[in-house]
Amino acid sequence: MSSAASAYAQAPPPSQPAGLPRLLAGVPAHGALSLQEHLEIHGEAPRKPRRRRRSESPLIARIEAAGLLGRGGGAFPTARKLRSVASAGRRPVVVVNAAEGEPASLKDRTLMRARPHLVLDGGELAASSLGAEEVIVCVCAGARASAEQAAAAIAERSRAGDSSSPRIRLQLVPNHYLSGQESALVSYLNGRRALPTFTPPLPFEQGVGRAPTLVSNAETLAHLALIARHGPEWFRELGTPSEPGSALVTLSGPVAHPGVYEIELGASLFSLIDAAGGATDGVRAALVGGYAGSWIDAGRLPSLALSDEYLAQHRARLGAGVVLLLSEHACPAAETARVARWLASQSSGQCGPCVNGLQALAMTLTETARGVARAKAEERIARLASLVQGRGACAHPDGAVEFILSAVQIFGSEFADHARLGTCEACALAGELPIPDAAARAHGGLRRARLA
Amino acid sequence: MSYRLRVNPIACEAHGMCAELLPERITLDEWGYPLISAEPLPESLLEHARRAAQACPTLALLLERERARS
Repeated sequence: MSSAASAYAQAPPPSQPAGLPRLLAGVPAHGALSLQEHLEIHGEAPRKPRRRRRSESPLIARIEAAGLLGRGGGAFPTARKLRSVASAGRRPVVVVNAAEGEPASLKDRTLMRARPHLVLDGGELAASSLGAEEVIVCVCAGARASAEQAAAAIAERSRAGDSSSPRIRLQLVPNHYLSGQESALVSYLNGRRALPTFTPPLPFEQGVGRAPTLVSNAETLAHLALIARHGPEWFRELGTPSEPGSALVTLSGPVAHPGVYEIELGASLFSLIDAAGGATDGVRAALVGGYAGSWIDAGRLPSLALSDEYLAQHRARLGAGVVLLLSEHACPAAETARVARWLASQSSGQCGPCVNGLQALAMTLTETARGVARAKAEERIARLASLVQGRGACAHPDGAVEFILSAVQIFGSEFADHARLGTCEACALAGELPIPDAAARAHGGLRRARLA
Repeated sequence: MSYRLRVNPIACEAHGMCAELLPERITLDEWGYPLISAEPLPESLLEHARRAAQACPTLALLLERERARS
């Protein structure tokens, strides 16, 4: 039924269902589209009437009719978010969130690099619908090509000169896992460190410069720009009734062409793997939703559909569209222990249960994977998990626990073998699951990134 | 009017005063951070809860009015 379209020029021509790609439409597939190329493919964005006092912008009703859900991981209805900001009273600010801290996700930086004008259109349209005069585009300092293309596209638009448009500026943010977390981003834009804050107030109540702030994922805004042009019915031609439209997915693991693909929501995992040139190795399990997501056993993959409605039966969510395949040759115990240690290191260090709990969980998993755990490690993992869940200011501890608990469940026999027999041959080779290298971490850190 | 207790986990530094002043609703985890019972706060505990919140050295314990469910 549905398939996926590749963002990579070197990939074989994918079998595309009608209507795809949307966001990634156009040649060159790899490089950035100029403003002129962008306009040739998508046409002019609809005129942006200033929001009149006391009347809602018609765009918000169109977004609601389209059923657009946020693509940053939360799947929150975008129209509701727009309304919350619109009703907060003061003149709002729009933040385009392309600060993609998830190591297994590349879709926002890819979109920003390859289709910057579509994202900027979305930011401008959202700003106009809210009466905002400022759009701030946030990109990780480490995603250099994306930052460069965003800067070039902003300059290109200002040369093209439309004085009625809101101001757009680029802000580089640290390469930390949590930098893209809404409250951390707002904190950073307010001149403080990029760390999550205690809520309320939520950004829509009091965000950048205390103004009501729309923080919206870059891909979400790109969809918004297309809905503004083509309407809600067009948007619903792809996807499922509850999860309409297309979505960008980052596929990694043993496939011929790992990378970013645009899929129809509800597409089968196998059509995605097909579009990526097929599997190059046996697959042990899939991680869906990234490092705040859940593992799904290989046996369940043939029927797997990429929609939250389908994934709910596996207690999984698509999140920010991360699909990571673990090859049969990798050691799941060592791999997940390694990622658990990294997740513990990515705690912002602010909340006691997260700092202590994730550290203790990572240690217990590591000891189990090395066969040196104390007795009843499994019980300890369950107890620690319950001590961490719901006790942080942000969702990081909850996401990390989800990753760990699903790993312990899906890889139960591997963990049991390791607990009994110690390390396996594949343990020494652990490194299939991506985590940022030490150099990138040292450069990013928690402090303010230096602007070039 | 019903009230509930909430911890600001960023401000909390595990002093543990709250658990001493309101053991009926607050216990400490293995690192000394408060675990708050989900049970509603009866009128009889309200004054104790208020005192616990005021005694927190970092003002991390919040006694909040239950928001009406919309």
